[in-house]
Amino acid sequence: MNLTLKIWRQKNAKAKGGFVTYKMENVSPAMSFLEMLDALNEKLAKENRDPVAFDHDCREGICGSCGMYINGHPHGPVPAITTCHLPMRYFSDGDTIRVEPWRAKAFPVVKDLIVDRSAFDKIQCEGGFISLDTGSAPDAGSIPVRKRDADTSFDAAICIGCGACVAACKNASAMLFVSARISQYALLPQGRTEARERAGAMVAGMDEAGFGSCSNTGACEAECPKEIKLTNIARLNREYYKAY
Amino acid sequence: MKKLDSKIPDGPLAQKWTKYKASSRLISPANKRKLEIIIVGTGLSGASAASALGEQGYSVSSFCYQDSPRRAHSVAAQGGINAAKNYRNDGDSVYRLFTDMIKGGDFRSREANVYRAAEVSNQVIDHFTAIGVPFARDYGGTPETRSFGGVQVSRTFYAKGQTGQQCLLGSYSSLNRQIKKGNVKMFPRREMLDLVLVDGKARGIITRNLITGEIERHGAHAVVLATGGYGTIYYLSTLAVNSNASAALKAFKKGAFFANPAFIQIHPTCIPQLNEFQKKLTLMSESLRNDGRVWVPLKKDDKRQPGDIPEGERDYFLERRYPAFGNLVPRDVASRAVKERCDAGYGVGEAKLAVYLDFRDAIEKQGRKAIEDKYANLFRMYETITGSDPYKEPMSIYPAGHYTMGGLWVDYELMTTIPGLYAIGESNFSDHGANRLGAGSLMQAAGDGYFILPNTINNYLADEIQRPKTSTDTPEFEEAERAVTERINKLMSIRGKQTVTSFHRRLGKIMWDHVGIIRNGKGLEKALEMLEELEDEFWKDLNVTGSTDELNQELEKAGRLADFFELARLMVADALNRRESCGAHFREEYQTPDGEALRNDEEFAHVAVWEYAGKNKAALLHRELLIFKELEMNVRSYV
Repeated sequence: MNLTLKIWRQKNAKAKGGFVTYKMENVSPAMSFLEMLDALNEKLAKENRDPVAFDHDCREGICGSCGMYINGHPHGPVPAITTCHLPMRYFSDGDTIRVEPWRAKAFPVVKDLIVDRSAFDKIQCEGGFISLDTGSAPDAGSIPVRKRDADTSFDAAICIGCGACVAACKNASAMLFVSARISQYALLPQGRTEARERAGAMVAGMDEAGFGSCSNTGACEAECPKEIKLTNIARLNREYYKAY
Repeated sequence: MKKLDSKIPDGPLAQKWTKYKASSRLISPANKRKLEIIIVGTGLSGASAASALGEQGYSVSSFCYQDSPRRAHSVAAQGGINAAKNYRNDGDSVYRLFTDMIKGGDFRSREANVYRAAEVSNQVIDHFTAIGVPFARDYGGTPETRSFGGVQVSRTFYAKGQTGQQCLLGSYSSLNRQIKKGNVKMFPRREMLDLVLVDGKARGIITRNLITGEIERHGAHAVVLATGGYGTIYYLSTLAVNSNASAALKAFKKGAFFANPAFIQIHPTCIPQLNEFQKKLTLMSESLRNDGRVWVPLKKDDKRQPGDIPEGERDYFLERRYPAFGNLVPRDVASRAVKERCDAGYGVGEAKLAVYLDFRDAIEKQGRKAIEDKYANLFRMYETITGSDPYKEPMSIYPAGHYTMGGLWVDYELMTTIPGLYAIGESNFSDHGANRLGAGSLMQAAGDGYFILPNTINNYLADEIQRPKTSTDTPEFEEAERAVTERINKLMSIRGKQTVTSFHRRLGKIMWDHVGIIRNGKGLEKALEMLEELEDEFWKDLNVTGSTDELNQELEKAGRLADFFELARLMVADALNRRESCGAHFREEYQTPDGEALRNDEEFAHVAVWEYAGKNKAALLHRELLIFKELEMNVRSYV
């Protein structure tokens, strides 16, 4: 198929950016969206033009590196998929596709489609862990965990930290991201001991990093490639109230 | 010529590690604070080591090329992590895990190291559970396990098909705790471009800041490489596309010996290539072979849909050839069997380069829900990529480059031949011999990082407590930085016509065709010639766009590819030298009449250890003889 791409190009954090239009011909429907961008980049490199910079690594939807707005949707129009997995068969011949970096105060643009998501790491440093030194763990089987709790904890723990929730939110809130970690630990007996301190510290970290507040629109859940549930935010709120 | 001393402690196998720890020198907490350690890579081994050493009070600096340590490729490991807990009461033990690993590695690994890896596996599972890794649980609340290829017990702990992600995020969380405490300083988006030696000891690294392009110097008392494997040398592989061998290769060129570079595992169950721009082949976890049956049509060129082919006209070739292990034979055995069927013309799909992995019988027997519980995310990933529903029709799979058993040579303390330089996780060679068993990589990486290195590095650093901080304002750092800058400028100044990716594609094809699942002397000789020509062309006709003082992904790729050319030659030399078949290394000339690997223990029961001899010179070969005191070197059989 033949496509028109309108891609946000920005040389660096300080430069002014803008959309640049590219024509792509003979795009195979079996390609992923990133492979289509690879093809564009190879074409640009051959013409000695600067390829489009974008973060990517594992290409199997798990590292969380990739992420961009595609026609206004984080990771594109298909639910529960990261950009690296988005197949081109969802697009049609003649389509115009608009590609932009995440837009959020806490995620400044680095170059083209790459943004700085180090604010996420900072929040995790505030309390996204269980305080236990190597060597002091009891036997793995000694503390039973209810299957339902372990499964629900896992469903929260699979967050890949891509930032789509922030990008989707009109307030650029990181509540879904933070709640995923809070929930993972709150549901496990191992994580209960410091659950209160964790909720307080991580929420404070989120505010400090410049993310907005949550107004429960649910856009984050709708766009999350890993389908992290809004119920995690409810659980975060409960844990947060208990913290004070 | 340096002598290889593996430093294996005396005494009975089961007591070596305990004995070592009891005699290893200690360092007081006050002195630990003054000792600086650089750790390159934040995958499971690197993040574990950084956190464990931070907890002990060392001053750690941690580096990764990604924007966050959480993205390192351990995150993509799917199926599970082994531990000898014997929770299933099925006859498992540390000794049994050790035996399985030695046998799985086809008697090409060190007994003492493998036993230790099996020994710490239980501590690893305890630790991950305690730091909140949500492993699968049974209804009674105890941890679940499953089976993996090459073994007959159920010892693999898992978190659906995302065990690597959960373990890595566990290590990332403990790393973050140490960053918050100030014990670890994190340097993301940095690429190590050289190792710096002062008086023959590893004292620092040169990095490039991938955002600004700035070349930076970092000094320390010791350097740890946790930089993973080099499967991306095939271009198409299961690895993250930016994974590379540059750090290991720089260390090699500075004097660290490289062991068994040709030992690379080809994973049998990957989604076949769908288009020419693809550079990633997605792996479908080996755990799927617990319930999936591998087959091809009995008839060549069978054009029917898989569902239309009756039972009697299917060839379940793994079950046929290996009745005892069936679909759960080790990866190398399965990969070769798949290739054999496809080469013989029985492959399926358009290119006839695929076989079926079929869940029909498992779904019938256990119900769809049970299969969903185990593999939901894998099935969904398969459907997303291919558009075909594995609950309804079988998956199509084909082998792809995956894991490197080869790596930097290390002694029992995980130190390379350069004093003060350590290699942990996939970047060393130590525990998997000629073939790694499934669910062994997470186990080894976490074991190295959490429990082994933090108990061996002190033995070296105890001599360093008097040494002040390493100054980076010295001729050694100056020279290393100059060399790094010079090479970058050289890559930028070629200004030829061909892109980095086009060269990588061609390198990958040479390596896959001649140094892939099956090798032979003639093909390897030919590969050597082709590699030389291609490398020559690379340095004459490469074009790198952009400039050096900015984020430049083309330049990053170019540097990694240049290093791959050097490593490729080393892999070929090693494959040529090893005139036997063992584990994943299959030389066509050395096979049994029924096509199984034919080992030559008389001549090759050793680690092939290569020493850099200078530019355009053949590397020098050393041998570390492998002595099996505990186990008899028998023929590996899965029939």
